[in-house]
Amino acid sequence: MFAALLSSIPYWGQSLLRVLGGLVAVLLPAGTVVYLFLFKMMSFMQSRLGPMEAGPYGSMQLFAEVGKWLQKEDIVPDAARPEARIFKLAPLIVLASTFLLVVVVPFGPDALFTNFETGIFYALAVSSVSVLGILIAGWSSANKYSLLGGLRAAGQLIAYELPMVLAVVGVVIQAGTMNLQQIVVAQNTGSIFGFDGIGNPYVITQFVAFIVFMIAVQAELTQTPFDMPIAESELVSGYMTEYSGFRFLIFFIGEFATAGVFAMIASVLFLGGWGVPFSWFGWTTIDSIDNWMNVGGPLILFTKMLVLVFFIMWIRFSFPRFREDQLQRFAWKGLIPIALANIMLTAVLKVAF
Amino acid sequence: MTMLGDRQQLAYIASQAADARVNVELETEGMTLNIGPQHPATHGTLRIIARLDGEQVVWAEPSAGYMHRGYEKLTEVRTYPQVTALVNRIDWLGSFANEVPFILGAEKLMGVEAPARAQHIRTILFELSRIANVSLFLGDLGVQLGAVTPVFFAFRDREYVLNLIEGATGGRFHPNFDRIGGLKDDLPAGFIEETHSVMKKLRNFCDEIENLLFGNEIFQSRTRGIGVIPKDIALQYGLSGANLRASGVDWDLRRDQDLPMAWNKVDWNVITHPDGDSFARCWVRLQEVRESTKIVDQLLDTLPAGPVMAKVPKIIKVPEGEAFVSTENPLGEMGYYVVSQGDQGPFRVKIRSASFNNISIVPWVLKGVYVPDIITILASLYFILGDIDR
Repeated sequence: MFAALLSSIPYWGQSLLRVLGGLVAVLLPAGTVVYLFLFKMMSFMQSRLGPMEAGPYGSMQLFAEVGKWLQKEDIVPDAARPEARIFKLAPLIVLASTFLLVVVVPFGPDALFTNFETGIFYALAVSSVSVLGILIAGWSSANKYSLLGGLRAAGQLIAYELPMVLAVVGVVIQAGTMNLQQIVVAQNTGSIFGFDGIGNPYVITQFVAFIVFMIAVQAELTQTPFDMPIAESELVSGYMTEYSGFRFLIFFIGEFATAGVFAMIASVLFLGGWGVPFSWFGWTTIDSIDNWMNVGGPLILFTKMLVLVFFIMWIRFSFPRFREDQLQRFAWKGLIPIALANIMLTAVLKVAF
Repeated sequence: MTMLGDRQQLAYIASQAADARVNVELETEGMTLNIGPQHPATHGTLRIIARLDGEQVVWAEPSAGYMHRGYEKLTEVRTYPQVTALVNRIDWLGSFANEVPFILGAEKLMGVEAPARAQHIRTILFELSRIANVSLFLGDLGVQLGAVTPVFFAFRDREYVLNLIEGATGGRFHPNFDRIGGLKDDLPAGFIEETHSVMKKLRNFCDEIENLLFGNEIFQSRTRGIGVIPKDIALQYGLSGANLRASGVDWDLRRDQDLPMAWNKVDWNVITHPDGDSFARCWVRLQEVRESTKIVDQLLDTLPAGPVMAKVPKIIKVPEGEAFVSTENPLGEMGYYVVSQGDQGPFRVKIRSASFNNISIVPWVLKGVYVPDIITILASLYFILGDIDR
């Protein structure tokens, strides 16, 4: 019915709806994450209250911050003048990567932007677009700290792309599909050794891959302990040092929106996505799912996302950061062999059962 | 045969040329990075000029003096009681400790000794300022390494200590409380019980930091074996304080000197560590906070009765002579060489501050390390800009 409703709208209307949906899907998680975790949870962990003045419990603080950033001057440093166009473009590329990423996330049986057959492959591919933006930002700032930050980010993001891909391969083998929607269905209709009470969320059977994936996400997001591209105490602010005003805001939104979107993808891959186990309602396929899951699904996915972001932020606030070479060693000598072993084990078990 | 020889030679020359071209292409240009004067990791305005090859430091040099305030010269136009207002701004985090060696030097020249109660209270306040100073270091250490949470714990618990100092002296950061011949005032009512409970909180804070930071594998991998300063090098560069003790030198002026202070009347340990790396320096400081709380607790229990001020004339004139007194301050050895010509103010004062000597090792210790390690080594050497530039 939902799909039928959508197809009755003219094409431009559909496109407009999709764009609005994309904005909501990116900005809502970003705002929630910033307020709930960056402002409030961080403050409580550090024995302080956080923002309390703007709105009840500081809930309007976010709008105040955005207003502040929008009022600031958009400065291009003199040394970056010759490449000013590239300098100005960089944050938009980073944010674009987030929007490209959210396109494949399924929020409900029909509530999705596109239904790619190779959805997860696409997601992993476009997530590296942000590296380009960061590298451009680091180079075009004409600042030594920014350059160091940009180069560090490039090395780090490429190194952590690999364990992330390898961790996902385990899920793909088990689900037998790269389509994210099908992965959700496979988890919610699955059973663990005949017991289907909780479906088969891959966090249980693919626990190793889940841990590797979350560590790689932490590194992709350049959150502590992998935040050396930004590293306030060493590189001032890394590749963002020279940015001000709304371009900094875009970097900022990009950082937290990507945290949200990656957490959504992780919950799609490992926690059963938008669904609760289908067996609770006697469903076996996606066709039998009632329309209300298009409303309930996004809420369920959002809850799972918050749980995962909580862990990402918890680690961010309590850990010191690695050094660049330690980080590379951790990826190449630690995560990648573990992920490879996991793939092998999954493949063997898949064939055996 | 000659043909083959020629061909071989040509091949050799060609390969050499190709190698040379590759080398020219791969040769990377060095980069000079100015860390500071405005940089979040320098606690103020220290500038470190580092020549980098990639992310490795080829050489580094500290450039001090961006915040020079000329205290040595200013003391020449002040009277002795006025000087304490200047010198407690040298190491601004442990300011009471700055006043003590100067006052002791003046007392030595005058032949005056503070009464026993004043000596005890001086030592208590001295150790409280050490705790306030070093607990902030422990929090700041986390920030330098990228962990944001410990610094808030440090600020929270340092506040209790600052409240104590404020309660006793009236000033949170610049007490200006020490007088030649004793102290301005006695301790306020309730100070002893309050201090005991705060010392308990500080010991909890030490446990907290030890669990949160020192036990963390990432912290250990970032600090263990990094910035190693061997014993002999540390002595050659004139390091002092916890930096020296972390290199395995058992040297503490509180124990080794016979000053009119109360350290020798209580039971405490000098902490040393054999490694000499960044971790050792941080660890020694953490343990020293614990020892300081022990000292304060014992001194409060054995506080003698009596006046807090010896008999000194209203207008202080220090007889002609020279004296050097140094104490074990939070940052290391701090001493004043006071030259008097019998006036109301000193003729010349030379300040030996700990951080100035401690950062002299920076070019040696930073050679060959990576950029992120510059920050951890600087953080573990622990300097305060006011203490470098005076």
